[in-house]
Amino acid sequence: MPILEISNLSVDFRTVGGEFRAVDGVSMTVEPGEIVSIVGESGSGKSVSMLALMGLLPWTATITADRMMFDGKDLLTISPRQRRRIIGKDMAMIFQEPMSSLNPCYTVGWQIGEVLEAHLGLNKRARRDRTVELLELVGIPSAAERLDTYPHQMSGGMNQRVMIAMAIACNPKLLIADEPTTALDVTIQAQILDLLAKLQRDTGMALVLITHDMGVVAETADRVSVQYAGQKVEEQPVAELFADPHHPYTAALLSALPERATTRRLPSIPGVVPGQYDRPTGCLFSPRCDFATERCVEKVPPVQGAAAGHALCHYPLNQGKPVGHPGPAAILDRRLSA
Amino acid sequence: MTAPIPPTVVLEAQHLARHYSLKRGMFGEPATVRALSEASFKLTAGRTLAVVGESGCGKSTLARLVTMIEPPTAGDLIIDGKPVHLDEAPGHDLRRTVQIVFQDPYGSLNPRQKVGTILEEPLRLNTSLSAAERQKKARAMMEKVGLRPEHYDRYPHMFSGGQRQRIAIARALMLNPKILVLDEPVSALDVSIQAQVLNLLMDLQQEFGLAYLFISHDLSVVRHIADEVMVMYLGRPVEFGTAEEIFTTPRHPYTRALLSATPTTEPEKRRERIRLTGELPSPLRPPRGCAFHPRCPFAYEPCDVDTPKLLKAPGGNADVACFAVQGELL
Repeated sequence: MPILEISNLSVDFRTVGGEFRAVDGVSMTVEPGEIVSIVGESGSGKSVSMLALMGLLPWTATITADRMMFDGKDLLTISPRQRRRIIGKDMAMIFQEPMSSLNPCYTVGWQIGEVLEAHLGLNKRARRDRTVELLELVGIPSAAERLDTYPHQMSGGMNQRVMIAMAIACNPKLLIADEPTTALDVTIQAQILDLLAKLQRDTGMALVLITHDMGVVAETADRVSVQYAGQKVEEQPVAELFADPHHPYTAALLSALPERATTRRLPSIPGVVPGQYDRPTGCLFSPRCDFATERCVEKVPPVQGAAAGHALCHYPLNQGKPVGHPGPAAILDRRLSA
Repeated sequence: MTAPIPPTVVLEAQHLARHYSLKRGMFGEPATVRALSEASFKLTAGRTLAVVGESGCGKSTLARLVTMIEPPTAGDLIIDGKPVHLDEAPGHDLRRTVQIVFQDPYGSLNPRQKVGTILEEPLRLNTSLSAAERQKKARAMMEKVGLRPEHYDRYPHMFSGGQRQRIAIARALMLNPKILVLDEPVSALDVSIQAQVLNLLMDLQQEFGLAYLFISHDLSVVRHIADEVMVMYLGRPVEFGTAEEIFTTPRHPYTRALLSATPTTEPEKRRERIRLTGELPSPLRPPRGCAFHPRCPFAYEPCDVDTPKLLKAPGGNADVACFAVQGELL
């Protein structure tokens, strides 16, 4: 049974300019012990969908979903009190900026202890022992002395380790890591990713890794879900995604990476991600797509089958060729405003 | 590579250093941060030198010295044949030769100025062109960097990150500089936009024969755009060579670790991981000897005693500051 099951999740924000749909009909399942990665550019709704799951969105957000189940509990109907018992215990999250996510006024030992007290009701002595154990687990040297340091006395990498220690304090069944290494240097990033993968192997928890870095995805995840402008456009096991992307957006994103470039000129995607006021009709990627036809502009694309990577596209790619495409003559000129 | 005309050196730096002194209370001895030491390099017209390294390695300090925002503490800096003196402010025409593009396009443009005003400001301050001529030049430059004519009257907040970076690049080019310092110009941008901006930078370099000093921590971008690469660690260059050589046969243990730590999407390109343990030491208390030795998997006796010099490594063309490489142990 999947540990997490989301179906048709949408998040709307009430803004001055009207409703803005940040997440649009996203479905995903996570099995126990699996590493699933959500990848996308800024504005693709990858963080918002997970914040909705954690119940961390502000009151301006409206969350609708057909189904949102975590570990047999229905998160749509759950009372706030019950939700608070799960969040931070069975389902925990790590954020991008370790420096601003930790409270600067309290020692790191106190902040980890707070989790243990709230969820497990440990006494002072037991909290201290468990905190030292956790800090050692995440690879902080001389852990017992570090209990009384404040976040500003440590580096970004060390603070991220503290965040991880806090998140795994109650042995969660699901850990959501939102860009855990984006603010860190490359050599520290490698250490943190190794640590997350090791913890995931040792404890058997499921891990959702949100990132925009394709390299991180390729080296860490089992399964990848690609998001664009709030929609999930493709989902595949990691090796297959990089070998044969089925959605034109995924394909274009991969070929725009400098390390995959075959020519000096990089193949780039023209234009920008649509915003609140310039949302296209039909397929959201159609104004930037190399294969867009009349049909792409008029009709919302269907979700293709598993063989085509669940691609949200009228003409999913197979080895770089669009299947069922009427031919180059039908491709529209780009109607870009940017 | 054989160039038809001998390459013109537009900037030469010899043993550049920049130290900052930090006050530590009323009675404490002021501490010295050696943000940059012993940096020597040349910039050539039409070519790109990339400086890579992690935070605190002195990349941005180097950018501040080259753009004459700060004077060097020691060393010589010769820009376009004219030496920059340590004690006197450089003249206007020297400053016009070097321009800079910053990392964050949201912070580096004045939100109260229209694009046209932003682009004409350098001309207004440095030339005696009339308003009409300034506008003509600004519009011509906008076309070169891929901005549309109607953007002239818009404010920076109306643009996306990639578009703003185009504005910042256009502003830097208004005075026809010979050297462009690019301080992490694409790290704040998404992958698809990053490719657009990198293409633009390569086109402009070809058209104007610009020398680029490209500062970045993203090795895949550096590999794509750079001709030469300087790897820095804690304020010192540790390896210097052609991009080809650094990326195919890295010699210094730090360069190897940096390359192997960079995640790649292509499994066959994955290298054997050299795991660095520990953190970057504080620049206030750099380790004795080679600054890298506490984290180096190959450290041996001389490493914690002497600082290795940047010398041509045996069996290669790159300069490497490492005892093990120079002693042919690695």
